[in-house]
Amino acid sequence: MPEQKQLFALSGVSCAGCVRKIEGAVESVPGVSEAKVNLAEKTLTVVGNANRERCIQAVENAGYGAAPAKEDPRKQREQQKAEDLRHYRQLLWRCGFALALGIPLMAWGLVTGEMSVHTPAQQLAWGVVGLVTLAVMVFCGGHFYTGGWKAFRHHSANMDTLIALGTGAAWLYSMLVVLFPGMLPEAARHVYFEASAMIIGLINLGQALEVRARGKTSAAVEKLLELQDTSARVLRDGEEVDIPLDQVQPGDRMRVRPGEKVPVDGVVRVGSSLVDESMLTGEPVPVKKSEGDYVSAGTFNKNGTLIFEAEKVGAETRLSQIIEMVRAAQNSRVPIARMADQISAIFVPAVMVIAIVAALVWFNFGPDPKAAHMLVVLISVLIIACPCALGLATPMSVMVGVGKGAEHGVLIRNGKALQQASDLDTLVVDKTGTLTEGAPKLTDIETDLDDNELLGLLAALEAGSEHPLAEAIVDAAKDKELTLAQVEDFEAITAHGVRGRVDGKVVLLGNRKLLQRENIDPGKWPARAEALAAKGRTAMYAAVDGDAVGVIAVADPIRDDARAAVARLQKAGLRVQMLTGDNRATAEAVAKQLNIDEVHADLQPEDKETLVAKLQREGRKVGMAGDGINDAPALARADVGFAIGAGTDVAIETADVTLMRSSLHGAADAIELSRATLRNIKQNLFGAFIYNTLGIPIAAGVLYPFTGALLSPVIAGAAMAFSSVTVVSNANRLRFFRPSQVKGVQS
Amino acid sequence: MMTLAVNILGLLLIAAIVWWFWLAGRQISAAHFSESLEVMVKDGVYEPDTIEVPAGRPITLHFRREDPSPCAEYVVFPDLDISRQLAVHEATEVSLPALDTGKYPFTCQMKMYRGTLVVE
Repeated sequence: MPEQKQLFALSGVSCAGCVRKIEGAVESVPGVSEAKVNLAEKTLTVVGNANRERCIQAVENAGYGAAPAKEDPRKQREQQKAEDLRHYRQLLWRCGFALALGIPLMAWGLVTGEMSVHTPAQQLAWGVVGLVTLAVMVFCGGHFYTGGWKAFRHHSANMDTLIALGTGAAWLYSMLVVLFPGMLPEAARHVYFEASAMIIGLINLGQALEVRARGKTSAAVEKLLELQDTSARVLRDGEEVDIPLDQVQPGDRMRVRPGEKVPVDGVVRVGSSLVDESMLTGEPVPVKKSEGDYVSAGTFNKNGTLIFEAEKVGAETRLSQIIEMVRAAQNSRVPIARMADQISAIFVPAVMVIAIVAALVWFNFGPDPKAAHMLVVLISVLIIACPCALGLATPMSVMVGVGKGAEHGVLIRNGKALQQASDLDTLVVDKTGTLTEGAPKLTDIETDLDDNELLGLLAALEAGSEHPLAEAIVDAAKDKELTLAQVEDFEAITAHGVRGRVDGKVVLLGNRKLLQRENIDPGKWPARAEALAAKGRTAMYAAVDGDAVGVIAVADPIRDDARAAVARLQKAGLRVQMLTGDNRATAEAVAKQLNIDEVHADLQPEDKETLVAKLQREGRKVGMAGDGINDAPALARADVGFAIGAGTDVAIETADVTLMRSSLHGAADAIELSRATLRNIKQNLFGAFIYNTLGIPIAAGVLYPFTGALLSPVIAGAAMAFSSVTVVSNANRLRFFRPSQVKGVQS
Repeated sequence: MMTLAVNILGLLLIAAIVWWFWLAGRQISAAHFSESLEVMVKDGVYEPDTIEVPAGRPITLHFRREDPSPCAEYVVFPDLDISRQLAVHEATEVSLPALDTGKYPFTCQMKMYRGTLVVE
């Protein structure tokens, strides 16, 4: 068993003496070959095969504390990149050596045409070339042979198997020609050393390019990782101390200056500032944060100094959860790839069978030299077949697509959600908080009294109520800086309104039924109330001391960008339907302003799920956009649930798609992105299928009757090497995805 | 004579391929799960490629990747929607939730590396 390296975080270590004590204690643990303490970082690195718990025990026995260190994902990523670069260079070296032999040999063959063995001198010369080729095959392509052999022992076959068999067959046949030329007819005494060297060189080149292209597919996760700071400025006993991020505890107070990043999630205690959250939410406008507001790790403090208290640290922060979710989603299964997966599973052995059948056909029915033709066909079929392109087609596109979504504040749970989002034909949208602000505002006040006088009375009446409409009235009074009197005898009359005594006057506020109940003549006000309702506002009657004195109206303002988002969705071919608990008149007025096709009003929360189910029974593919908490059952029922909740924890855990930005544009972005990704996957799958279904027959010689020539194994090698690079490069095109803009609609 | 021999050889090879890769069992290197078990990711195969795991309790597997090629970069448990990027020349932990009895395949992204968790 090879030696492992384990890393521990130490506590209670302060001096060089402790270092020696710990190192000595851990080195006495069986299986430890080396223990090294880094005093500056307070870490312990243990090399060997020792049990982790026993190492911790040894440190504790020595009087200190140790815990397995959490690996810094960013550091891990950097190591990975360094390793990729090393591997890339190694592949280029291997490619260079192999082509340095292959190209001159091929040129010799093309120029002189002398690649045959007829004389002892040629036997000797080609024998030397054969040995050099063998050295190149071992040095530059040894991993193909070991890989092929290992896979074979496991009853498995992969790309290595095909390359090993193809190049191995070419070399063995050529050596047979060199050693025993007499065994073969004169026309078949051709050597193929150049094919072995060229194929190995080209495939190494292809793999090098693939390593490069693949690095770009995880660019999105890398960007997210870079948002995470490595240290934080914590306030300890009134002083600022810079400490490593993993030492920050919940409850620590931290200072963030203008131009700095927020290190962990927390709540602002002192100060106010504009904070750029675009990296997490896709929302371009900075958000004002002041006392009591929540700030997230990775966001950027623009202009003020904030002191905030850490709430969530380490893997608990929203940023860490987003990174984790994106990583998981990037490798999840997409239903469309099922067939490709099934084909990949049997692909390589099937190609081997096809290669033998093709070789036998050429041997039995082909023209002379039969042995040479048979060999060329065998090698070409083995080499041209590319299981990688097929296997890479889906995962590469999903990696780039899901990562791109995260950049736009769209978190896609898995591949299935991605595929279903691309198929939607109906989007059901909850009105409150999605199409509207979710916070009603006072819009109209019509009265025989003075406007402010009535507002003051009503605000005083409603001051104790928690109803959202009451809040709108109180807020309006506060905006006008009215002084509110005390309310006495307050009474909420269910489904009617409220009553109470303010400044000695009996004040009523409610619907028309309230006036009827109290035997008050509504007078001219019903006509005004209806006119206001037609504009999408909720109108209420006010009465003072038994007389109807006016109506006031509140409305939940339509979000600035809702109309543009609805237009985008409609342009994408979706039917947009609005759901709301409001009355029909108000709902229809809002729908009209937004140009929404269908409205379902007067709904109870449980009706939303029933409605989604009904649409599904009608054969529609239904997406549902809501806030992720109240709409949870309907979101779960829908083919794709879009949780619009600025990324609340609940939403991230349950929704198919979480929109970090509280805007319907996120749903439009998600649908456009999923369609672009699915299109990309289909192009890749189609390309990989077509490549193999055309390439294999061509390599088998079906074009020979028309062209009079067989496909050169070298060309087969080049085609194979570049097919997988093409797939990865095509997936990388998704990095340039941009959400659409709808012209003519203000956003 | 030569023709017959080549044809028979070809057909035997086809039969051998079908038998070895599709019909014969794949469980060449099964192992019981233990906390210290390491799955070696090298030369196109997981070793062991079949791991017997107890049902009903969360476990952590250790994958040691010795193949720097991108093929080996991820291990994917498609039925569990779990995947992990593997560091080269290091053991990477993959934590799995408590599983019901059954067989759970794990593969690389391209499905060339293949293994099975047998939960019992």
